[in-house]
Amino acid sequence: MLSSARRTPLRTPVPADVPRRRLRWGGLVLLAGALLLTVVASLAIGAEDIPPARVWSGLFSPDGSQDALIVQELRLPRTLLGIAVGAALGLAGAVMQALTRNPLAEPGLLGVNGGASLAVVAVIAAFRVDEVLVYVWAAFAGAAGAAVLVHLIGARGRGGASPARLVLAGAAVNAVFVALTAGLMLLTPRTFNGFRFWQVGTLGGRDLGVLARVLPFIAVGAVLALLLARPLNALGLGEDAGRSLGASPARARALGAAAVVLLCGSATAAAGPIAFLGLAVPFIVRAAVGPDQRWVLPYSLVLAPVLLLGADIAGRVVAPGELETGIVTAFLGAPLFMLMVRRGRTRDL
Amino acid sequence: MSRSLRAGSLSLRWEPRSALVCGVLALVAAGAAVFVVGSGEFPIPAPDVVKALLGQGDRATEFIVTTLRLPRAVTGLLAGLALGLSGAIFQSMSRNPLGSPDLIGFTTGSATGALLQILVFGGGAVAITVSSAAGAVLTALAVYLVAYRPGGGVHGVRLVLVGVGAAAMLEALNSYLITRAELREAYEAAFWLTGSLNGRGWDQAVPLGIALAVLVPAALALGGRLGMGELGDDAAQALGVPVQRTRAMLVAVGVGLVAAATAAAGPVPFVALAAPQLARRLTRRAGAQLLPAALTGAALLACGDLISLHLPVALPVGVVTGVLGGAYLAWLLSITGRKGMV
Repeated sequence: MLSSARRTPLRTPVPADVPRRRLRWGGLVLLAGALLLTVVASLAIGAEDIPPARVWSGLFSPDGSQDALIVQELRLPRTLLGIAVGAALGLAGAVMQALTRNPLAEPGLLGVNGGASLAVVAVIAAFRVDEVLVYVWAAFAGAAGAAVLVHLIGARGRGGASPARLVLAGAAVNAVFVALTAGLMLLTPRTFNGFRFWQVGTLGGRDLGVLARVLPFIAVGAVLALLLARPLNALGLGEDAGRSLGASPARARALGAAAVVLLCGSATAAAGPIAFLGLAVPFIVRAAVGPDQRWVLPYSLVLAPVLLLGADIAGRVVAPGELETGIVTAFLGAPLFMLMVRRGRTRDL
Repeated sequence: MSRSLRAGSLSLRWEPRSALVCGVLALVAAGAAVFVVGSGEFPIPAPDVVKALLGQGDRATEFIVTTLRLPRAVTGLLAGLALGLSGAIFQSMSRNPLGSPDLIGFTTGSATGALLQILVFGGGAVAITVSSAAGAVLTALAVYLVAYRPGGGVHGVRLVLVGVGAAAMLEALNSYLITRAELREAYEAAFWLTGSLNGRGWDQAVPLGIALAVLVPAALALGGRLGMGELGDDAAQALGVPVQRTRAMLVAVGVGLVAAATAAAGPVPFVALAAPQLARRLTRRAGAQLLPAALTGAALLACGDLISLHLPVALPVGVVTGVLGGAYLAWLLSITGRKGMV
């Protein structure tokens, strides 16, 4: 029960903790400031750079000029979507890593993106629809199915779901999904064409309708994830210790999985599969504020959109004709992943 | 039980069971290839295929068999052989059943090389082959360098996980290239990316055959040392095996095999992973079973191609091997976990 965890003495003694808490609150405020700056940059930077003053007037007193149109029609939806998708992926990564006690847990690596992709391509192939609400439901179903499957396979056998085993189970399940996705995609050039753009993952080219469709799911998932901070802390102490503190591991795990599926499913449905953000964000956050989920979750919630929008902006600037967001995150995230693997103790990996 | 053939100073050890398994595998592979040749818009019964192959069929059948369909079957057999062999080499060297070249990014890198050539530079068949090989070699180098730790060396799950990261990055690059191409070109490239034997001619089969004529004997010659390497570096050193040099040569041969296979058939998934494992279980012997693994690879790819030809819709062979191989990998994980291997 969520409330039962609240009675547990998880808090460190108050007096010594006060300066550090202030520091963490301060950090969170700074991070929010960084998000604000990123948002402005995201509205201003692109194929056509727009000075911040024009961005302001374009947003709040649109005069029908081209700048105002670009801000209103293109960059605002893209930026808002980036905030929502980034927050969802950052939180999902943090919850996944806490649930599995696995620093390598990540929606992309654990087959969740693969499952969502397969479901979306199946819908495109079968129903010839091009409708984002259908994508959302399909992506949910696919993400949930994949998450359950990977966990079942990874947890089988002696030793349970160790970090390496889960990643490998993810690779196996992903491989089947990729093959099936390729099969469906290659059935007709039309399906292929519909899917090839979706599969790289991007914030570009989505209108506000897409955001409106997924936002309720992301909101519910985010609230659920944030409420789980204490139970996740208790889980982090280990199954038995957590239970003896009055937390219910089974309930925390079920609710956490629901949050992950809601968050990943809607993020993937809205922007396509975006890799490594869910891996990188909680990793950086834990290095900065430690393992306490009451801080890890809010920090992840704010840091992830900063990084996702940063990647999106970088993609607009780096290459002529734009680099999709998902490509940029893969190219920044994969080296980080390899570094973590290299640094990791051989015993664990 | 092991027996040996002696001829002067040469002695060849062989096991009846392994020999039997190899014979059966070769028969399965050849049989599947015959049926592959017989499948198509004008089905040809197996006896007629064999007759045509022996030069005793009628002219029309002979044309269809040797000019149109045989190169596909030969490419499949040789690519399967190369993938099985290279999988056995890498799994033995990493001492991990998951250290196969398709899981650690080599085939993805090879695909990246080929895609760059197809979609960006627009080179012909030879250029595609060379770029694909270069992609595999560069990826292998990068993965080994990143996974290498002074003192600890390169082995085990660390290598596999670094490879998983590299594969993710290269896959992103591949999808990017696919989105930037014309629909028709991209669609063709996507077939290639899945691993396909469609439309393979002697242009693909002959270079692959030449590469294998060099690489397969080299691999088999190094095979004995591979077995000793599995005992551990120190033990192998004590037995007089130059560990580092052998490993370098084995990596070169293994990557060469993957590159040759991928250049001809695309990154066919999972044959390299599954073949060595199946070969071990069939021969019931521990350690790298190079020849059985190679023959298992050939049989797997030929059978996969036969299945893909008889699906109700036209799908490349990589879809079949991907689905079967991924399911197999999942099963492998669940049983190796019980023995505490991974």
